[in-house]
Amino acid sequence: MISVQNVHKSFGDLEVLKGVSLDVKKGEVVSVIGGSGSGKSTLLYCINAIEPINKGKILVDDVDVHAKETNKDKLRQKLGMVFQQWNSFPHMTVLENAALAPRIVKKMSKEEAIEIAKKELEHVGLGDKFDVYPTKMSGGQQQRLAIARALAMKPDYMLLDEVTSALDPELVGEVLDTLRLLAEEGMTMICVTHEMGFARDVSDRVAYFHEGVIAEIGEARQVITDPQNPLTQKFLSKVR
Amino acid sequence: MDYEFHWNVVFQNMPQLLNGAFVTLHVSVLAMLLGVVIAILLAIAKMNSTRFFSQVATVWVEIARNTPALFQIYMAYFGLGAFGIHLSPYVAVLSALVFINAGYLTETFRGGFQSIPSTQYSASKSLGMTSIQTYRYIILPQMLRRIYHPMTNQFVWSILMSSLGILVGMSELSGTTQRLQSLSFRTLEFFIVAAVMYFVITKLVLFGSSLLARRLFKGEI
Repeated sequence: MISVQNVHKSFGDLEVLKGVSLDVKKGEVVSVIGGSGSGKSTLLYCINAIEPINKGKILVDDVDVHAKETNKDKLRQKLGMVFQQWNSFPHMTVLENAALAPRIVKKMSKEEAIEIAKKELEHVGLGDKFDVYPTKMSGGQQQRLAIARALAMKPDYMLLDEVTSALDPELVGEVLDTLRLLAEEGMTMICVTHEMGFARDVSDRVAYFHEGVIAEIGEARQVITDPQNPLTQKFLSKVR
Repeated sequence: MDYEFHWNVVFQNMPQLLNGAFVTLHVSVLAMLLGVVIAILLAIAKMNSTRFFSQVATVWVEIARNTPALFQIYMAYFGLGAFGIHLSPYVAVLSALVFINAGYLTETFRGGFQSIPSTQYSASKSLGMTSIQTYRYIILPQMLRRIYHPMTNQFVWSILMSSLGILVGMSELSGTTQRLQSLSFRTLEFFIVAAVMYFVITKLVLFGSSLLARRLFKGEI
C-alpha cells in the first residue's frame, strides 16, 4: 500500500503540495487529474523519492520513503515509473533498454534479464522491435518501451506521469490500451492523466488536484460524471 | 616558369622526414592524452560550486582559447627560460599543446555533459540505478558520442599546430623539413612533400576515427 500523509512540498518559495493525503491499496488504480501546475506530477516524484518533501510522510509498504535510513535505490525497484517524455535510452537497443536494470540493479544473469525483457516487450506489443534503436520508433512505441522497461523490474506499483500528453493524438490509443491491460492484470497504479475517458473507465478512484491539494476524490465514474465540488465541475467542463 | 623541380634529394632524405613525422605524431598523441585527462579535471572543477576551483578552470580556459598557439609555445620555451626553467623544444611544444588542448576540451566536455537531459537521470533513478550505475551505463556513453567528433577535430588541430615546433628548433616534421631544405635549397620540394605528409596523417586519423566510431556507437543520438 502507498500511503501519502499530509505531504507538503515547495520549490523555493513556491509551495506546490499543500498537505496532500492519499491511500492507494494493492490492486487499486487511482487517476489524478487537475490543471497544470496543480502539483499532480510532483506528487509522483515525491512518492518515488526523486524529489524530497518538506513536511508529512509517504509510506510504501510501511517503509518511510523519505527517512534517512531508507535505501532509496532499493525502494525504487518496487515503484515503476513512466514519464511524460518517454526517456528511452537512445544509445541502446529496445531489448537492451529493457534488460539493463534487471541485469545491473537486480544482478540477474544476462540470459535471465534478456528473457524477462523479451517477455515484457512482447507484453506491450513490441515483440518485433528487439534490435531496433528507440529513436527509430514512434512516440507511442517509445512510451510502450518505457512501460516494458519499468515492468521488467517486476514493480509492485506503477507511477504514470501524463504518459500520453506528449504523444500525437493517433498514438494515444495504443498506450492507453497497454495501461488498460495492466489494470486488468491487477497492477496497482497511480496515473496522472488528462485522459478523462481513461480515468473514468479504467481507474477505481479519481482524485482532482487543485492548487496543491486534493479538492475532490471518489469513485471514478462519480467524480468524472457527477463531480460534487464546484472546482471539479469547473475543471471538467473546461476539458470536455 | 623557370623553376626546375628536383625530387631526388627529397627522397634521399625520406628516412629523416619519416622520423620527423613520427615525432609529430608522438607529440600530438601525448598532448591529446594529457589534454584529455586535465580537461576532465578542469571540467569537473568548472562545474564545482567551490569558487576557487571554478575560477582556476575559467582562467585556464580563457587564456588557452583566446591567445595564439605561437604565444603559448614562446612562453613555454623562452618565457620559462627567462626564469631559469629550460625546457627542451619537445617538452616546450608538448606543454603548450597540452595547455591549449585542455582549455578547448574542457568546454567540449562541459557542453557534452550538460547536453544530457536531466530526464535521463530521473529515468535511470526510477529504475533503481545508483548514481555510479547511472553515469556508467547511461550518462557517459551518451556523452562520449557527443564529444567524440569535437575530440577528433582537436586531435587533428594538435597535429597541425605541432608544426609551430619549427620556431623553437624542434625536430618534428616541419622542423626537419626546414633543416633539410636549408641544406639542399630545395625549399619548394621539401615543403610540398611535408604538406602531403601532414595531409595523409590527418586523413588517416579521421578515417581511423570514423571506423572506430562505427564500432563504438551503434545507436543514434
